[in-house]
Amino acid sequence: MNQPQQFRKVYVEVQLTVSPEGDVRPNTIKFEDGTVYAIDRLRHRCRAHATKVGGTGVRYTVVIRGQETYLFEDDGKWFVEARGNVGC
Amino acid sequence: MDRTILHCDMNNFYASVECMLNPKLKGHPVAVGGDVENRHGIILAKNYEAKKFGIQTGEALWQAKQKCRNLIIVPPHYEEYLKYSRLAHSIYEDYTDLIEPYGMDEVWLDITGSTKLFGNGEKVANELRERIKFELGLTISVGVSFCKVFAKLGSDLKKPDAVTVIPKDSFREVIWNLPASDLLGVGRSTDKFLSSHGIHTIGELANAYPDLIQRKLGKNGMMLLAFANGKDRSRVAPQDYEPPMKSVGHGITTVQDLENNAEVWNIILALTQDIGHKLRVYNKNAAGVAIYIRYIQDKQLGGKQWQCQLPVRTHSAAIIAREAYQLFERSYRWEFPIRSVTVRAINLCSQDLPEQLQFFSDAAAVERKEKLETVIEEIRGRFGKYAIQPACLCQDIKMPTDREVELRMPTGMIG
Ligand SMILES: [Mg+2]
Repeated sequence: MNQPQQFRKVYVEVQLTVSPEGDVRPNTIKFEDGTVYAIDRLRHRCRAHATKVGGTGVRYTVVIRGQETYLFEDDGKWFVEARGNVGC
Repeated sequence: MDRTILHCDMNNFYASVECMLNPKLKGHPVAVGGDVENRHGIILAKNYEAKKFGIQTGEALWQAKQKCRNLIIVPPHYEEYLKYSRLAHSIYEDYTDLIEPYGMDEVWLDITGSTKLFGNGEKVANELRERIKFELGLTISVGVSFCKVFAKLGSDLKKPDAVTVIPKDSFREVIWNLPASDLLGVGRSTDKFLSSHGIHTIGELANAYPDLIQRKLGKNGMMLLAFANGKDRSRVAPQDYEPPMKSVGHGITTVQDLENNAEVWNIILALTQDIGHKLRVYNKNAAGVAIYIRYIQDKQLGGKQWQCQLPVRTHSAAIIAREAYQLFERSYRWEFPIRSVTVRAINLCSQDLPEQLQFFSDAAAVERKEKLETVIEEIRGRFGKYAIQPACLCQDIKMPTDREVELRMPTGMIG
């Protein structure tokens, strides 16, 4: 169990826009250190397994500062697959 | 017209969910153990890595540890299993509404009506397999056939993450050489009888003398004979999705024989703690309770069981314990010391069902108990099962292990 782990599950605060039709769009992510990232683009949404950190959810493929990344929503909570071993 | 029936079986379900939720476990031998904190539990499920060490479901945790020193044992998370069972179910619903659950991790699907839309059985089976892997991070094995019994057989043939087709025109070549015990409904005693008459394979069963089967095994035997010949016409019976559970039970063989009512009360109380938890997880209320007492009589294990209705349908562990104990007190005559006790909550129904209030029962008191136990449940959820307990269970109560007894019966078939 001691192998180095490269990703960890980090629950984040998100700001959402919900359309009258019920479509959910995440606008910003607030990371655990307080940094707020704007989501520039929403590319794709599907249900998926979070292969890097475990668990599942509705997976949003988003673009933040030109980088494509995944944002998951699982039972109302949102998380990202963060790089690094901090806090494990 | 021929039907297209799928049987989907989630592989090593409990253990797979644990590994999916915690990828650090992947590649290591992992088992889900009941009562881990107490070091008295048993293995409830294991992954393939643990299987390689010969770890078996139902064996004591210490035994399993002896076989595999690096075995990682995790406590069960029934809430998660239920959640993933439901999620899988919602994927199945994209293909048909004829879904019959069989336990938490298996279903039959009748997709006869939707093959024009989605393709043949094998195609749908592979699509399901891929989707469940991608969306839920879990694997299933699927059997595809023209009846439920062969679909089930197929899902057992190749696993994990595989599809097996048993076609109508060639099922004899595919399955007649398999052991008869692979057939759904051939239990250990039936298999023993068949073996003693030279019937070892499904093919031999299919060609057995009907007279012999009828005489010795009766109606069920004739049904098995028909199954072996591919003549299973049982329907895929859709159910509203709640785990198809008729009873939740726990039983225990004590370390030493029990000799008085007080000792039996402790055991009943301990057993019902788990029953209460499970009823909550499955969203069920019990309408009755059953107890099963075993004792040694003339060096032979004897047993008696009793059951009764509860005054109000409930999931309260305290009330079920009290009713079970009163049932015991008025039924057992203490001719022999007791070796084992099983308590089952029976006649389960959804907690969402409206309750018909009885004039003489105190529904408010029951509700108070249930609320109290909601709090207890929350504490246990945060700090572990033994964080809060009835005081009389904090002593040695001659209790060695948890036992899992879940009743599973397919509809319209055996029994
Ligand atoms: Mg299974």
